[in-house]
Amino acid sequence: MSVGPPLWLLLELTYRCPLHCVFCYNPTEFAATGAELATADWIRVLREARALGAVQLGLSGGEPLAREDLEPIVAEAHALGFYVNLITSGVGMTEERIRALKAAGLDHIQLSFQDSTRELNDFLSSTRTFERKSQVAELIRKYDYPMVLNVVLHRLNIDHVGEILAMAERMGAQYVELANTQYYGWAWLNRAHLLPSRAQLERAEAVTQDFRARRGETMQIYFVVPDYYETRPKPCMNGLGSVFLVITPDGTALPCHAARMLPGLEFPNVRERDVRSIWYDSAAFNHFRGEAWMKEPCRSCPERQRDFGGCRCQAYLLTGDAANADPVCELSPHHELITAAVAEAERTAAAGAAGAGSAVAAPLVFRDHRISIAVEPRRGAPARG
Amino acid sequence: MSGTVSEAARPALARGFRLQWEPVQEAHVLLYPEGMVKLNGSAGQILARCDGVRTVAEIVADLERAYTTTGLMADVSAFVTVALERRWLELRA
Repeated sequence: MSVGPPLWLLLELTYRCPLHCVFCYNPTEFAATGAELATADWIRVLREARALGAVQLGLSGGEPLAREDLEPIVAEAHALGFYVNLITSGVGMTEERIRALKAAGLDHIQLSFQDSTRELNDFLSSTRTFERKSQVAELIRKYDYPMVLNVVLHRLNIDHVGEILAMAERMGAQYVELANTQYYGWAWLNRAHLLPSRAQLERAEAVTQDFRARRGETMQIYFVVPDYYETRPKPCMNGLGSVFLVITPDGTALPCHAARMLPGLEFPNVRERDVRSIWYDSAAFNHFRGEAWMKEPCRSCPERQRDFGGCRCQAYLLTGDAANADPVCELSPHHELITAAVAEAERTAAAGAAGAGSAVAAPLVFRDHRISIAVEPRRGAPARG
Repeated sequence: MSGTVSEAARPALARGFRLQWEPVQEAHVLLYPEGMVKLNGSAGQILARCDGVRTVAEIVADLERAYTTTGLMADVSAFVTVALERRWLELRA
């Protein structure tokens, strides 16, 4: 098969982050990964990837503003012709930095809203958080960037969608992504707390639909449903090794954010190999290209060229074999793992509504450096109710 | 949006959008927040002329000169109309 270039490059510049989000997709064992790449390494990666044809660049983390060399990295990326997207919580953004980033050629800032404190119930009422985000939103406007907001939804905040949209409207948002949590990393650990019930999801979609109808097209809203409520899998990354390349803080190259967990694959490091050889020649990047790796029911499925069997990481986390069909698919023999998780969400949501307090026995785990050292990578079943 | 764009309109790339030639893809691509569209040849040539200064009529005249042809108005205005609907373009006064 012919392999196209890595058009989308995501640099996870650091795992450092001032926040402790329970839904973070960073690996739970992030603290055990190696030292962060130096500025010169990132710049070499940018040059090598751009030469291959990479053109959309995401700078994320962790919190990318935690890197003091963000500005020179942006400047190099801009000079090379990348379209440069900064994906940030806004924490650490100052007028001085946004001015420098603008001068360096940053094209776009996606500002996320999340629980920045451990008081989840303060999700929208935390004055401090709201003011900090509002100040950053103000800076984004002042420096003439389009206002792009991202809000991660889960059981604990999905009922506030109406308030979230009203807030986005007050901030002059042009694009709002209401992204339901998908279950990897810290979100996987916390799934029993976070997966919303079907009724919650339907209400949130209805509220969003009403808002769209009222507000018209000047604010574009993307509502992303949790995979667990789908009956067909997403065409994850358009197939691994197809267009998307992630470089993690320690230089490990991955075909998706979460792929480090996949067993049996030795993901190459940009400290040791150039990006061309990683993308085109490494065994890890070639492993899930094409269809040879597929098992039934994917192998003979008429939809395999549309969804590529779904998400390899979800297949591995839930079934223990990354080559299985994504169990989100109704045709997967493991689909009951998804329906069981949804049924559990229904039960705990009902118990919570009945005033039983938290109906989940295991504690909510906050993304934290100390905990990251303690947790074992795991799969099968996350913390149960 | 109904109807097609006026010949006197001055379309420009919307804020946050950038058009550039990508040698590896052998195409013009339109880049925007976390998105990218690979354009066919004529779409690229039209968008490259949407600078907020030239009118649709001037863009058509320029293309007809460049390709020594005539009668491009219908195709150009149809494309500009679609690009406005998709918010790739906006109109400048």
